[in-house]
Amino acid sequence: MIGIINYGAGNIFSLTAALDRIGIEYAMINEEGDMENYSHIIIPGVGHAGAAMQKLKATGLTSSIKKLEKPVLGICVGMQLLTRHSEEGDAHLLNVMDIETLHFANRVNLKVPHMGWNKVSPMQNSKLFQNIEKDAYFYFVHSYFIEYNPTFTLAYTDYGIKYSSAIQYNNFYGVQFHPEKSGKAGEQLLKNFCTI
Amino acid sequence: MESSLADQLLNADINAGVAKRIIPCLDVKDGRTVKGINFVDLRDAGDPVELAWQYSAQGADELVFLDITATHEKRKTTVEMVKAVARNVNIPFTIGGGIHEVADAEILLHSGADKISINSAAVKNPALINTLANAFGIQFVVVAVDTKHIDGKNYVHLNGGRIKTDILTEEWIKEAESRGAGEILLTSMDHDGTKNGFDCTLLKKINQSLTIPLIASGGAGSKQHFTDVFLEANVDAALAASVFHYGEILIPDLKDSLRASGIKIR
Repeated sequence: MIGIINYGAGNIFSLTAALDRIGIEYAMINEEGDMENYSHIIIPGVGHAGAAMQKLKATGLTSSIKKLEKPVLGICVGMQLLTRHSEEGDAHLLNVMDIETLHFANRVNLKVPHMGWNKVSPMQNSKLFQNIEKDAYFYFVHSYFIEYNPTFTLAYTDYGIKYSSAIQYNNFYGVQFHPEKSGKAGEQLLKNFCTI
Repeated sequence: MESSLADQLLNADINAGVAKRIIPCLDVKDGRTVKGINFVDLRDAGDPVELAWQYSAQGADELVFLDITATHEKRKTTVEMVKAVARNVNIPFTIGGGIHEVADAEILLHSGADKISINSAAVKNPALINTLANAFGIQFVVVAVDTKHIDGKNYVHLNGGRIKTDILTEEWIKEAESRGAGEILLTSMDHDGTKNGFDCTLLKKINQSLTIPLIASGGAGSKQHFTDVFLEANVDAALAASVFHYGEILIPDLKDSLRASGIKIR
């Protein structure tokens, strides 16, 4: 069963709807004691990374998240929280992975936000991308991106610059796209996460 | 002379970045679709959820629902519809119509809408764009603009094109962008309903001035029109209603044809 970190960072209706569609049970994690009830943890998030980090800190869950040994999946801003620092609000984040979250503006000559369907190319065989076509399209909406890194990048996407559209370090996973809005490929990825 | 970002965007490889999006638009009233729809055998042609599901199964990249529900009381049915769509459909969707304040938008966000679209309400109260963008992020805020060409100039129109304003379309769109619009949905009232093609000239001009995505609307009548608007104006998405609803263009065929023209399509 999935535990969703409930820290008030945006709307989770679409995420829970997707889990309902694929028949995966879930519940909300409001405090540290709730963590042990679940086999898998999702950190959702939309909006401003700095603001999201403040809200996460306010729940008192940050240190217990960092200590988790069960599979964790950060989605969008929830993924960015796993990095060291974001240019959005000059925010210091969880630092599960020692990489940076950067702004697209002034780094690419393309429209910002990066909004729409783009290809995701896994770098290696990973359970997270099992049974998903290579270079499948996923749905993205974001203005900040996680730099490419040979250690942490699990899949990359090209938006004028090659960046991390999925990251992994041990049991921690993150995806920049929205699997809950990415058609069949997205639903398969959520199913895959539950089998890790 | 250094080229502007907009020039670089236009001159950039059309296949750089995201796939071009195909967006069917559905009019809904009191939680039901109102235009006739007959592209496929439907149990209930007025059920927005069934239609949305059919379109996503066909390969639509996104959906837009324009809510023309007249009374405030009936807005509850809209919210229920949004929830039902979000539960059943695995692609993003936008809802427009009847959004005048933060509370209207917030309930739609929490019901699973990915974006909201504002039109006349933004023209009457431009600060609404700032307010919504600050509250929910620019990615949530689509500003829809209806435009008509009069005596060599383009003017913003309200109430589905019925009321002319003195606001120039190009200026309004730049203002909307600077106030925090995350995307522009531009409908040419001159082309809308003609099936003679999108207004590529205007769309190209507007697109050159924007650093946020632009959705083209009005005039789609054939697959070639979509190819034209992507190749000539390099817009990010193209929206249409009746050609999809009446089965005149099937989305899988359209996407094959766009791919054959070298356009990046999901």
